[in-house]
Amino acid sequence: MEEASPPLRCFSESHSSELFSDDGVQTVTSREQRKVERSIQEVYSVYQQIHTSSQPTLLREQHYHYLKKGLRHLSDAYECLDASRPWLCYWILHSLELLEEPVPAAVASDVCQFLARCQSPTGGFSGGPCQHAHLAPTYAAVNALCILGTEEAYKVINREKLLDFLYSVKQPDGSFVMHVGGEVDVRSAYCAASVASLTNIITPTLFDGTHNWILSCQNWEGGLGGVPGLEAHGGYTFCGTAALVILGKEHMLDLKTLLRWVTSRQMRFEGGFQGRCNKLVDGCYSFWQAGLLPLLHRALFKEGDSTLSVSSWMFERKALQEYILLCCQNPGGGLLDKPGKSRDFYHTCYCLSGLSIAQHFGNKDLHNELILGRDENRLLNVFIFLPSRHQLIQFTTSAQRRSPKRLNISTGCLFQFRQNLHQVQWTSH
Amino acid sequence: MSSVEEISNSVAEDLEEDGVEEENTVEEAEMEYEEPVKGGYIFYRDRKEWADLEPVPQDDGPNPVVKIAYSEKFTDVFDMFRALLQNDEKSERAFALTTEAIDLNAANYTVWHYRRVLLQALDKDLREEMKYITAIIEDQPKNYQVWHHRRMVVEWLNDPSEELQFVAEILSQDAKNYHAWQHRQWVMQEYKLWDGELEYVEELLEEDVRNNSAWNQRHFVINHTSGYSDSSILDREVQYTLKQIKKAPHNESAWNYLNGILQDGGLSSFPGLLEQVTELQDTCSSPYLTAFLVDLYEDALETNSSSYDQQEMFNKALELCKFLAEEKDTIRREYWNYVSRSLQNTYGSGDPVSASSDPPPPPSSSQLPDMEPSDP
Repeated sequence: MEEASPPLRCFSESHSSELFSDDGVQTVTSREQRKVERSIQEVYSVYQQIHTSSQPTLLREQHYHYLKKGLRHLSDAYECLDASRPWLCYWILHSLELLEEPVPAAVASDVCQFLARCQSPTGGFSGGPCQHAHLAPTYAAVNALCILGTEEAYKVINREKLLDFLYSVKQPDGSFVMHVGGEVDVRSAYCAASVASLTNIITPTLFDGTHNWILSCQNWEGGLGGVPGLEAHGGYTFCGTAALVILGKEHMLDLKTLLRWVTSRQMRFEGGFQGRCNKLVDGCYSFWQAGLLPLLHRALFKEGDSTLSVSSWMFERKALQEYILLCCQNPGGGLLDKPGKSRDFYHTCYCLSGLSIAQHFGNKDLHNELILGRDENRLLNVFIFLPSRHQLIQFTTSAQRRSPKRLNISTGCLFQFRQNLHQVQWTSH
Repeated sequence: MSSVEEISNSVAEDLEEDGVEEENTVEEAEMEYEEPVKGGYIFYRDRKEWADLEPVPQDDGPNPVVKIAYSEKFTDVFDMFRALLQNDEKSERAFALTTEAIDLNAANYTVWHYRRVLLQALDKDLREEMKYITAIIEDQPKNYQVWHHRRMVVEWLNDPSEELQFVAEILSQDAKNYHAWQHRQWVMQEYKLWDGELEYVEELLEEDVRNNSAWNQRHFVINHTSGYSDSSILDREVQYTLKQIKKAPHNESAWNYLNGILQDGGLSSFPGLLEQVTELQDTCSSPYLTAFLVDLYEDALETNSSSYDQQEMFNKALELCKFLAEEKDTIRREYWNYVSRSLQNTYGSGDPVSASSDPPPPPSSSQLPDMEPSDP
């Protein structure tokens, strides 16, 4: 017999007052928003009927089997991601990591060997064997290898060539193209900063001008667009802000307007986040948007802000967890954008990442947990790990392994990185 | 960008997993007899004109991961593509194959890159290519590669004459397509095509006053033409925005725009604005109105404006923050409480402000969400 669970925010009497007000002026935007709200209301009423006394449950078993299978086999529906296979590795491995499901050594080794086949002879990683290097699969591959954290994994990365690749996509104005002959947007700066920092190959000139270019992406709304002039967007805002944090320049942003913008992106009715103002909620923004709050908290703290909360990130943690657990889970495993959408590994990764952020505030010393539903819903705490000695900054993976043995391996290999660093020639690029 | 996997350079909507058992059954059936012709379609490996080229199978290694169950057609086309790439072949047949490969996976940036190499090497008709890319974008408007390809062709032709109309056509199907707006802004800036854009933006806002992309475009155009420093322009924009706000007071975009354009000058410095906004309060209680007043009061405090009673500004700001946190905008409770504490800390009487009713904070270094690790 389950004990009475604390009341869910979405079942409170006043919740319906949070429905979108269209002021009697209907447009495409208001119609779409109301459609989504109706479908969410449907989910809530079904949930209330079925689960009168039980608590929201993370479907761990189902997600685990979905992920385990996907790591090996994918249907032909995934042909459209044939140029993003390192992403599939990363989304799946990070999801498993959040669920605290270990990856068998044999599988880990197979992933290493596959990613090695995705590494380009000219440096960086591509979407699949024989494809050209691209910053996005490079980011994904390096992250995936860091999650595996074995010596074999770290050894896959050709750091010298990676540096060559980064220089080959660097632009005079400080930005980066995603691949040779490719497009520019702020994702590339984040991918470059992330992999360069993780592998400790940042040279004095590599990011010349980059922070200024990123700053020019912050617009009148307070968020960042993909390139200067564009509408503020959650994905690009995360990439730009996180890149600046890695570069140590986040204080140069207008943090106040950014904070206002991102907190305004949480949907009052749904509880999840939208990517842009007046657009629809989407589970993946649980990470891209909510993930900004820990970054901003840290940035503001570094500026000397003494009025920050000591118990919570500046968003409604319970509401986000409700949205993810009640509206974004596929009963057969995997997570998704919103009710009615199909599951996929991208949404699985970022819904779980957002869930972790909502559950955990703080760090090892000061930790405030808020687990909605059963205790078993608790995910790995993905905290931002900034050790000056190790130069390891991971925003989407946890550097703190539960197993001390794995911690030793990862720090040991990081020391190896630092030693190898001295062997890299700083030629004048 | 509504398909969020696009942020990772892939398009993935409505993906469903088949059972592994199902896949094996299909493969087994196909292995029973070789049929080179399937409904008229001939695999490249069986075509006479390709007989000289040995297909290159994908090397996934002995124990593949994230292995996609490619269709036979997919495998055939890409095996041949890899062969062309390996030989660096620059021919008509190679060009034709890129079309097939793109059709199977328009997100394969390696194929697009190769197609561009061929377009130049074979001196292909770029007008034809424009027709091609137009059709592809119509079909898959949320893909990065197709828009980048179009941009390259426009650059090579140095001809933007079709672009604004084309983007308008795409926007008529999805008024917020992020790639479309990006392309539009690039064309306008590159070729200095600013005429008529403000009118276009107003048309879009007529259709949907909540179209945030259109509001952004409004800012983009004015920024790059007249700018906002001219007071007659700023006046015009404030009046325009207030008009839209009155039509739909719960439209966040309009409020954000109002705030955005007045940031530099200061909200409290704009004559008559406080009056106009408080007047609106009588007819609507939108949380955005309340937030705007908080912003205005905060600006008055920040600028230490003599036009306002500082104590009154302070009290009202705190009152509204509390109202928002506890009643009107509870989803942002944490934020409004933070704003309140910040205001008290900066402009208050001097008593230290605690972050919450929680126990007193531990030593300040541990308030950081990151930390130095202990030595291994």
